[in-house]
Amino acid sequence: MTQSVVVQVGQCGNQVGCRFWDLALREHAHVNKKGLYDEALSSFFRNVDSRKGDETACGVGGRILHLKARAVLVDMEEGVVNEILQGPLREVFDSTQLLTDVSGSGNNWAVGHMMYGSAYREQIVEKLRRAAEHCDCLQCFFLIHSMGGGTGSGLGTRVLSLLEEEFPEVCRIVTSIYPSVEDDVITSPYNSVLAMRELTEHADCVLPVENQSLVDIVSKIQHMSHGGKPGQTIKRDSSIISGQGGLSGAEKPFDAMNNIVANLLLNITSSARFEGSLNMDLNEIAMNLVPFPRLHYLVPSLTPLYTLADVSVPTRRLDQMFSDAFSKDHQLIRADPKHSLYLACALMVRGNVQVSDLRRNIERLRLSLPFVSWNQEGWKTGLCSVPPVGHSHSLLALANNTCVKPTFMELRERFTKLYRKKAHLHHYLHVEGMEQSCFSEAITSLSSLIEEYHHLDASKGRLMHDAPRLSICR
Amino acid sequence: MSVVTVQLGQCGNQVGQELFGVLRGDAEEGQRKTYRTASWERFFRQTAHGDVVARAVLIDMEPKVINHSMAKAATSGRWKYGDASHFSQKQGSGNNWANGYCVHGPRHREVVEELVRREVECCDRLAGLMAMMSVAGGTGSGVGTYVTQCLRDVYPKSFILNHLTWPYGTGEVIVQNYNSVLTLAHLYQLSDAILVHENDTVHRICSQLLNIKHISFSDVNRVIAHQLGSVLQPALTADSHGVYSRNPLGELVSTLACHPEYKLLSVCTIPQMPSSSIAYSTFSWPGLLKHLRQMLISNSKMEEGIDWQVRPPVGSERTRSLTGASFNTSLANLLILRGKDVFSADTGGFEDPALYTSWLSSKEALNLWKCPVPFNKYEKSATLVSNSQALLRPLDNMVGKAWNMFASRAYIHQYIKFGISEEDFLDSFTSLEQVIASYSQLC
Repeated sequence: MTQSVVVQVGQCGNQVGCRFWDLALREHAHVNKKGLYDEALSSFFRNVDSRKGDETACGVGGRILHLKARAVLVDMEEGVVNEILQGPLREVFDSTQLLTDVSGSGNNWAVGHMMYGSAYREQIVEKLRRAAEHCDCLQCFFLIHSMGGGTGSGLGTRVLSLLEEEFPEVCRIVTSIYPSVEDDVITSPYNSVLAMRELTEHADCVLPVENQSLVDIVSKIQHMSHGGKPGQTIKRDSSIISGQGGLSGAEKPFDAMNNIVANLLLNITSSARFEGSLNMDLNEIAMNLVPFPRLHYLVPSLTPLYTLADVSVPTRRLDQMFSDAFSKDHQLIRADPKHSLYLACALMVRGNVQVSDLRRNIERLRLSLPFVSWNQEGWKTGLCSVPPVGHSHSLLALANNTCVKPTFMELRERFTKLYRKKAHLHHYLHVEGMEQSCFSEAITSLSSLIEEYHHLDASKGRLMHDAPRLSICR
Repeated sequence: MSVVTVQLGQCGNQVGQELFGVLRGDAEEGQRKTYRTASWERFFRQTAHGDVVARAVLIDMEPKVINHSMAKAATSGRWKYGDASHFSQKQGSGNNWANGYCVHGPRHREVVEELVRREVECCDRLAGLMAMMSVAGGTGSGVGTYVTQCLRDVYPKSFILNHLTWPYGTGEVIVQNYNSVLTLAHLYQLSDAILVHENDTVHRICSQLLNIKHISFSDVNRVIAHQLGSVLQPALTADSHGVYSRNPLGELVSTLACHPEYKLLSVCTIPQMPSSSIAYSTFSWPGLLKHLRQMLISNSKMEEGIDWQVRPPVGSERTRSLTGASFNTSLANLLILRGKDVFSADTGGFEDPALYTSWLSSKEALNLWKCPVPFNKYEKSATLVSNSQALLRPLDNMVGKAWNMFASRAYIHQYIKFGISEEDFLDSFTSLEQVIASYSQLC
């Protein structure tokens, strides 16, 4: 089995990360009845014997003594990380995994990326190295951050390029929270576009998540639980926004939304942690879903959002789960993949679902989903036998789809509105290492990315003839 | 003479484990002693402790499947794998042929060669090597191709048979067609003969002949094991002078793969039915052989849905086309009969020159092996190993899809990352188009 390291940067990154660790522990507690430190746990946790003083790590197979998360927490303010360290998850992290400063990045990408990036380069690399050394076989780095602020966006993308430099063979999967249109940070378009360039160049896969979609999903679930029809009560603790059963006590404001992202990460790693009849390794995700290096933005969707209290699960409901995965209400960005072009699609199923169910649903759905001509059978599937807590089965769909184009175009528009008037630019240009060309290069990168998606879109619906085959002379 | 098997990747290891189970079980069931001895000698050896160990080496880039296969073998109580005869790593090949062929293969070359060498040294005489793998993933295909290359270097005079499992057409892995094309093109230069099973075909056998409702990979693998076992178990051949052949791989290769451009072999076995029904069924050789012959010429891989309209062309009708007549021309055939009354079975239908190309006389093109011992509970069974156009359409589909994807250069960067260039892809495509052209023009 392989291990993964989570790197959480900035306020949002750390809050989401915190929810991830909480839910991960809950999930493992649910499954691991014997208290043994098994392969599944070791993919995200170390087992240390702190009695021995020097924290020697224990191998797989023994009893769980003291679990430590394989994580690096970075923030340029202390507030969030301190809260984590004072909360119930404090035992899971130790001080060597943390990197904090006091003054924050002021919502300025340049401060995060250039100033702190240079100042803390050595320390960051050292902490990453240490986390990597604790791993027997490190397969993947998960980076969690937001795009709109200064630390997550700026320093986070600096960390990303450090990961590429120092660990070029390790897969980099980035979960990026994109700001809503009504974001209260005025400079978020700048920060996002500057960060986008880094993501396009240095990440292996990006899972974009939009705040607005999370808000919509949360309100949909809450609407169901408060005003639902009779006979349709939601089973307790079964929604993807619920954090009940974890270590943390009362729910804080963004917890519901962050739980969704945490569940995304749990599902994507489920096949790497637990057994199944058709395993999907993390390196297989990049291999199968990224046909061209820059087009690595994979739209996630999670179903079901909640489990209804009545227990019976007829096949129709299972099929409904597959259909929902492609509806625009379940996507984690504001997009409609069904009406755009699919380049590739991965389905990770958890729970008691058979290969025959999977194949049947794919056959059923592929007729209504437009796939690019050279990848008509572009489906990658995985089956994990362990379902998430509170559900009997679940599905995560990752779509490499041109429906990200409108999101990027909107981002470009917001950027251009500000940039045209040179609003707030001086705050950025004051930072050492930052120049106007950074901006122009970033927007060029985004434009050419949009162009690539546009080019693919243009082929949609056109009857593409098979490429003429090589002919052999005899 | 003994065969050493190398099992590569998840598929190779799972199918291999089922195969040894079938071979062991078949020989044990109160059969004649000479048959049992020959089979055991061919595939198993005895350790100092008295354990019966398969002559096999298990290779995979991640440990789960090997552990599972070894455990499953040991629970049978009748045989097991050698305790040290396996090699695995922690992280798989990520469905990437280039990762398997360029990185993992060379990295672990010495260990693998050593393991094979140890197994070969335990053989009194080596009949040949068999490599079992799939073509869709990264390890079986990539590492498997590299290992075949090493075996060819280390044992230049031995026969090497590759058993390949081709994936479902609708795919489990998006890049399976690339992996398949690269594998087949390389193996064509290295292997003596390539024996193919297609998941789609075997799946149909499971659902329509064996009536299995929820088909799992174990079911599929067991059918493959049954068919492969019926080819590999001892038999009396034309050259073996009344005893069980001591050179099974050599005879198979020399009779069937008689031309370097024609190495693809397909298998079909008749009858195949749910084990609960076998006891209640009786078979006659004329009935079985008639069906099998029609299965051959109409290219039907199982005894249901056979197109009886297809007939061998008469003289001037012979056409050369890929999509034209549904008649399946053979280059050479190997018919293996096992069970009761084999010596009285009339195989004249297979000697019809109309079935074959004009290069070989039908006497040379048809080879017959017989064994009076029933195989795997079937009172009578017939297996046909065929070098014919049977695999032409699936091969053409596979190359066509891969070529379409290659035309857009999709996913190519993933392969280039590990050392395969566009040139290598083009070379592989060219080789396979050559193979396709050769087979289409058989008449």
